[in-house]
Amino acid sequence: MISDYIKTKFTAIVGAENVDVSPAGRLVYSYDATPNFQSMPDAVIAPRNTKEVSQIVNVCREEKIPIVPRGSGTNLAAGTVPSEGGIVLLFKHMNQILEIDEENLTVTVQPGVVTLNMINAVEKRGLFYPPDPSSMKISTIGGNINENSGGLRGLKYGVTRDYVMALEAVLPNGDIIRTGGKLAKDVAGYDLTRLLTGSEGTLAVITEATLKLIPMPETKQTMLALYQSMDAAAKSVSEIIAAKIIPATLEFLDRPTLKAVEDFAKIGLPTDVEAVLLIEQDGPAEIVARDMQKIADICTREQAVSVQIAATEAEALALTSARRAALSALARLKPTTILEDATVPRSEIANMVKAINEIAAKHNVTIATFGHAGDGNLHPTCPTDARDHDEMERVEAAFADIFAKAIELGGTITGEHGVGMMKAPYLEWKMGPEGIAIMKAIKQSFDPDNIMNPGKIFAKETRKRLVISQ
Amino acid sequence: MTTMTAREKAIQESFSLRMDEAELLNCMRCGFCLPSCPTYLETGLDESQSPRGRIALMKAVHDGLIAPDDDVEKSLNLCLGCRACEPVCPAGVKYGHLLEEARDIFNDHNEHSAPVKAVRKTVFEGLFPHQNRMEHAVTLLGIYQRSGLQNATRKLGFMKLFPESMQAMERALPAVPKKRDMKNRPRSFSALAEKTATVAFFSGCLMDTMFLETNNATIKLLQKAGCDIVIPDGQNCCGALHGHSGEKDGAKNLAKRNIDAFEKTNADYIITNAGGCGAFLIDYDHLLKDDPEYADRAKAFTAKMKDITQILFELDFHQRIELKMEPQTITYQDSCHLRNVMNTHIAPRALMNAIDGANYREMENADSCCGSAGIYNIVESDMSMQILDHKMEKAKATEAHTIVTANPGCLLQMKLGIEREGLSDKVRAVHIVDLLLEACGELTH
Ligand SMILES: Cc1cc2nc3c(=O)[nH]c(=O)nc-3n(C[C@H](O)[C@H](O)[C@H](O)COP(=O)(O)OP(=O)(O)OC[C@H]3O[C@@H](n4cnc5c(N)ncnc54)[C@H](O)[C@@H]3O)c2cc1C
Ligand code: SF4
Ligand code: SF4
Repeated sequence: MISDYIKTKFTAIVGAENVDVSPAGRLVYSYDATPNFQSMPDAVIAPRNTKEVSQIVNVCREEKIPIVPRGSGTNLAAGTVPSEGGIVLLFKHMNQILEIDEENLTVTVQPGVVTLNMINAVEKRGLFYPPDPSSMKISTIGGNINENSGGLRGLKYGVTRDYVMALEAVLPNGDIIRTGGKLAKDVAGYDLTRLLTGSEGTLAVITEATLKLIPMPETKQTMLALYQSMDAAAKSVSEIIAAKIIPATLEFLDRPTLKAVEDFAKIGLPTDVEAVLLIEQDGPAEIVARDMQKIADICTREQAVSVQIAATEAEALALTSARRAALSALARLKPTTILEDATVPRSEIANMVKAINEIAAKHNVTIATFGHAGDGNLHPTCPTDARDHDEMERVEAAFADIFAKAIELGGTITGEHGVGMMKAPYLEWKMGPEGIAIMKAIKQSFDPDNIMNPGKIFAKETRKRLVISQ
Repeated sequence: MTTMTAREKAIQESFSLRMDEAELLNCMRCGFCLPSCPTYLETGLDESQSPRGRIALMKAVHDGLIAPDDDVEKSLNLCLGCRACEPVCPAGVKYGHLLEEARDIFNDHNEHSAPVKAVRKTVFEGLFPHQNRMEHAVTLLGIYQRSGLQNATRKLGFMKLFPESMQAMERALPAVPKKRDMKNRPRSFSALAEKTATVAFFSGCLMDTMFLETNNATIKLLQKAGCDIVIPDGQNCCGALHGHSGEKDGAKNLAKRNIDAFEKTNADYIITNAGGCGAFLIDYDHLLKDDPEYADRAKAFTAKMKDITQILFELDFHQRIELKMEPQTITYQDSCHLRNVMNTHIAPRALMNAIDGANYREMENADSCCGSAGIYNIVESDMSMQILDHKMEKAKATEAHTIVTANPGCLLQMKLGIEREGLSDKVRAVHIVDLLLEACGELTH
């Protein structure tokens, strides 16, 4: 609990209506989309501008109160769970699009703007912001930047990081800094913009961002390729890329995922095949047509049982929307849904898919897999029940094996969801002790009092790495 | 754990006992429902007024993490029950069922003040379950309207004592039919075209009194579509008002009596013309799932439920009958329950688009609640009016002369909105069946 004295201080900054210490008010900010993590904050505060953020940070530093910045709470790494109490900082008042600059092709926003709202606004001007996480209808730009989120268009267009040009941020000492600019080139000092991107709220509070835009692609086509074997689908992915074609989207869904998604979306997805690839290409019409033909040929050669192109835009949208619902749709199967984010080099995708199935069998757990196959980024997902302790142990062991395998194949423990608390115990597997040491030193120099989102990224204890016998 | 009052403790225990834990766990907290929730948006993105937040609160009370205090109750009260959060939830969380149970628990432990108790008792036990008393009450309202008393009370400013929404509501109420007309309608009708189906009509308590003309229009449309129609005796209020206000036992009794009444008819379909009732009727299988005598019968009942627009659409009414009207722009406000629970939104649009002379223009956010929500516009008047005002902005943007709805609550709310905007001489609100009958060349009112 925070004392009345501190509450008065916060109230003086943001007004009584923007400070909530009620149990119900705090409870609804005690979780995010990560299963099995929940912890109450002491207060919930909604600042209205950068100056107020800075004043709040000053109070928190003086009083050693943890700060948990929170967008829409859709992250999957327990990144906004106030595990050490403190305040949750909301950006519901700071959600404006400040400027769309059509000469420099940039958009400047406050952190609370919802990703899709911004995408729609720039598209009205014929401009394109590619990073489109499946959660874009809900997620905020502040959250996207801090998780360095990817999306369905990552293969061709990259992830959030590739579009962040400039930031305004409040440092843990209350200072307000501006990094980068509307500049195609800028080598003035360390690249703080990139450092803050993906920092999961542990280094600073982002209060404004300028993002890069590109012209809207002229046309787009969407294709669904069906397979009777997961291997064949995975192999098609490698073959497409080996043929030097970079589709905008190259997504993979296995049979259990398809079934759950179809149960929800009811758009006639096939549920009698082992895997599908959802493929999109955009650009000038002739190039799109040529690429789609080549891709269709490759898929057919690799044993696709059917290759269909969406006839209308509405049909294409239904397919991508259904794909975006995959994770939540899998949640209908069992009370608890645990998903991972292992990522490997593209060329290893077939090996990784195979390994996931073997690991699931070994630990006797069900794993459904979908993901951004073209990015080598898979989401093996386990429908389970947190109340079944025996099964939960097997699930955890299976995911530990998956992480280890991903790293062995030259990959990483998380491609886009971030470390948070969820993957903190595994970070050292990827970074090694030296890597962790330098990251900790960076954190220490930004935030010596450890008030910014404490308990995230760095684990109290690294999980013991088991030697996998395969 | 915080300390709890005795009442809170009792509520908490009921939550642990009665709330469906599996359904609470089914919410994976992805937030996909947030952009569809009117109260989340209208409160400036307050998570405690969102579906995800409400489910988290219910679960926290169930788990004993927080006390079921006033804030928790307020969050549940401010929910419209519009169920816009259900069709968008990929995990398939049955939010409506959770809400109903939670409200029922709170109600079981509520000490309503004496006047509120009396009103609730009259409404939930004395009035709605008894069709003859409904007729009587509505007759009184008619006498009041026709006698000039309405003008007198308006002048006296008596209505000023009520919330603003009720004052405007009083002006928006339809002229009530005479008791004679309510009593003397036959119980069966024959098809006026080649026979297509036998249907049983759920005439509804409010629909069959205050909106009698709309019910008569419904029957005429069904006849034209080739239906033989029975209006079974012994049917009564669907129980929605009870169910949504935490009076679950009352709702169950009404449900059983309706099942008894309709089983006898052997009709192919059971038809309603009020989305709010239809959605409750189609949920009887859930309401009675633990009742050994009625569980299967409830399933058979719900399998036959269809909204009037859906059956007309399926019977190709709009293709077989010429529909035309004076040139005008029309728009449509979805009934939340018709859309979100009965999944009927294509049919009404197809029917309206088939009318010659009517220029159908889709309203932005037509699928989001108008703020009527049963008795919500009376008990949560401020939020209801805020939602309505935003709705009217969208309605005005269509420049429609006619706002069409498919549920009596929505119809009254739209009339209220028109009244509040001072547009009564330019814009009208009508029930879709009245519009369709008008388009058949038969004027109803
Ligand atoms: C169904 C579903 C699908 C998803 N699909 C994808 C996907 O395709 N790709 C993907 O990458 N992710 C995906 N995610 C994960 C998640 O949506 C993203 O991580 C998203 O960027 C989080 O945005 P948010 O606004 O909800 O942020 P939050 O969850 O609220 O916060 C995320 C992190 O950002 C920090 N933060 C937020 N705002 C600020 C700020 N202004 N200053 C400092 N720190 C801040 C928080 O402290 C936290 O560490 C998905 C999640 C769900 C539930
Ligand atoms: S109710 Fe459904 S959509 Fe909403 S947070 Fe829960 S699982 Fe997601
Ligand atoms: S029923 Fe309507 S108001 Fe209530 S939580 Fe769902 S969307 Fe929001």
